[in-house]
Amino acid sequence: MSAEPRINNRKFRIRPANVVIAGYLLFLLVPIYWLVIMSFKTNSEILSSFTLFPDNFTLENYQTILTDPSWYMGYVNSFIYVSLNTVISLLVALPAAYAFSRYRFFGDNHLFFWLLTNRMAPPAVFALPFFQLYSSVSLFDTHIAVALAHCLFNVPLAVWILEGFMRGIPREIDETAFIDGYGFTRFFTRIFVPMIGPGIGVTAFFCFMFSWVELLLSRTLTSVDAKPITAIMTRTVSASGLDWGVLAAAGVLTIIPGAIVIYFVRNYIAKGFALGRV
Amino acid sequence: MEKTVNQRAWFLVLPVLVLVAFSSVIPMMTVVNYSFQDSFGGNEFFWVGLEWYQELLRSGRLWDAFGRQLLFSSIILAIEIPLGILVALSMPKKGWAASVCLVLMALPLLIPYNVVGTIWQVFGRADIGLLGRTLSDLGISYNYAQNAFDAWVTVIAMDVWHWTSLVALLAYAGLRSIPSAYYQAAEIDQASRWSVFRYIELPKMRGVLIIAILLRFMDSFMIYTEPFVLTGGGPGNSTTFLSIDLVKMALGQFDLGPAAAFSLMYFLVILLISYVFYTVMITIDKDEAKA
Repeated sequence: MSAEPRINNRKFRIRPANVVIAGYLLFLLVPIYWLVIMSFKTNSEILSSFTLFPDNFTLENYQTILTDPSWYMGYVNSFIYVSLNTVISLLVALPAAYAFSRYRFFGDNHLFFWLLTNRMAPPAVFALPFFQLYSSVSLFDTHIAVALAHCLFNVPLAVWILEGFMRGIPREIDETAFIDGYGFTRFFTRIFVPMIGPGIGVTAFFCFMFSWVELLLSRTLTSVDAKPITAIMTRTVSASGLDWGVLAAAGVLTIIPGAIVIYFVRNYIAKGFALGRV
Repeated sequence: MEKTVNQRAWFLVLPVLVLVAFSSVIPMMTVVNYSFQDSFGGNEFFWVGLEWYQELLRSGRLWDAFGRQLLFSSIILAIEIPLGILVALSMPKKGWAASVCLVLMALPLLIPYNVVGTIWQVFGRADIGLLGRTLSDLGISYNYAQNAFDAWVTVIAMDVWHWTSLVALLAYAGLRSIPSAYYQAAEIDQASRWSVFRYIELPKMRGVLIIAILLRFMDSFMIYTEPFVLTGGGPGNSTTFLSIDLVKMALGQFDLGPAAAFSLMYFLVILLISYVFYTVMITIDKDEAKA
């Protein structure tokens, strides 16, 4: 983002703007409010009465989740494969993004588009072949299987975002470093990577995000040992005798990590969504 | 800035190639294989040529799902793009208010897809949901589980809720990159609010808006989890979009051949449309590099 644009507020700021923003934020927050409130209610209150605030405020739903391993291990499993995926995606995407941003080589444009096609591929298409592939190499129901499967869409995205950030760095810096006698590896790790720190942060954020929210592949590739929290929740939905309070509490607990991560990247988030291209 | 030709750059790209080939090319070849073969259980396959493709194209099932999918994607693009631009234009430009807006707006994007479905389920249900109860108390008959129209409205509202912020954040990033000199010049010319938007802001947002349309088109075209959790594709088949139908066919009924043929045609359509967007985007990138 360039320097603060100084906009003449008197002339261009329209009053309805605040109304639009307030209305939009209200629209976003009301459904979330309902989920949060529901997680503090007892099941009988949810089903029998209609209250905007819990009559009998209870933490029982959260207690159920945090004391039952079949629930809380879901969060642990999700964190493991999401972190693995973020690390793998960044490690392979960094050199590739550098190559795309600095050099022309045989087939570069085609390669770039081919990478992007994987971001465009519907996960539904890959669900069955992935299941067979990872079963045949005995990786079914492991964290690494889900982490690798999510690389399908996260690696292309990481290359795309990083390339956007890298092209903003003048090439004279590379050339100066090489003249000063830096080898490629030393230049890359000591000088270049620190310079695109925000870009790496944003990329990590997006890898985290898309791996965290995905359900179809992670559910198909796991059964017990690596089952993510999102899949555990759908199992509960389909079981008879829905426990709405616990379901709501589980939902709230999946929102919290995202909210924390957003807070840390809030200043770069807009640029990140534009893939570093503004 | 011209890039230099360097074939050794291939070595830098190699890790990505190996990884993506493992997780994309091998499974894709399996799909291609299945789409031309039939099996009578076990591991015996025999060649059936284009039979699955012909059968699918003749049957109404694929076309119905495709029609619903196109309609869905068109509606959500028509709502989310203008609404996203409007929200971006209305956002505070700086200070704590801008930060609060950014964080709150990004929140729905970080919620797992099935939790989005769950949120709208408990929000919309006629018996326990805030929206459902309020509507029925107002005397409006609303039940997304039984009425196809209500189901569509709910699924669309859910998608708008989930993804409009993405468009708004992109448009906001584009707006922030406009130098203040442009606005000053417009003020000297006494340009109207509309002309500022039409001749300054919109052209400057063009690049990010194309990214927004590309991302929203692709993601809405492969939507699966949210409607699956909310409506399960129903009532009847009214919200069975392409991915829901495909998963039903592949993992539910285990019809490998038709499911594989379905997958390939599905992927090709997305690829084709995305290629058009991508080409436009590259052209704009080049134009801007020249300017």
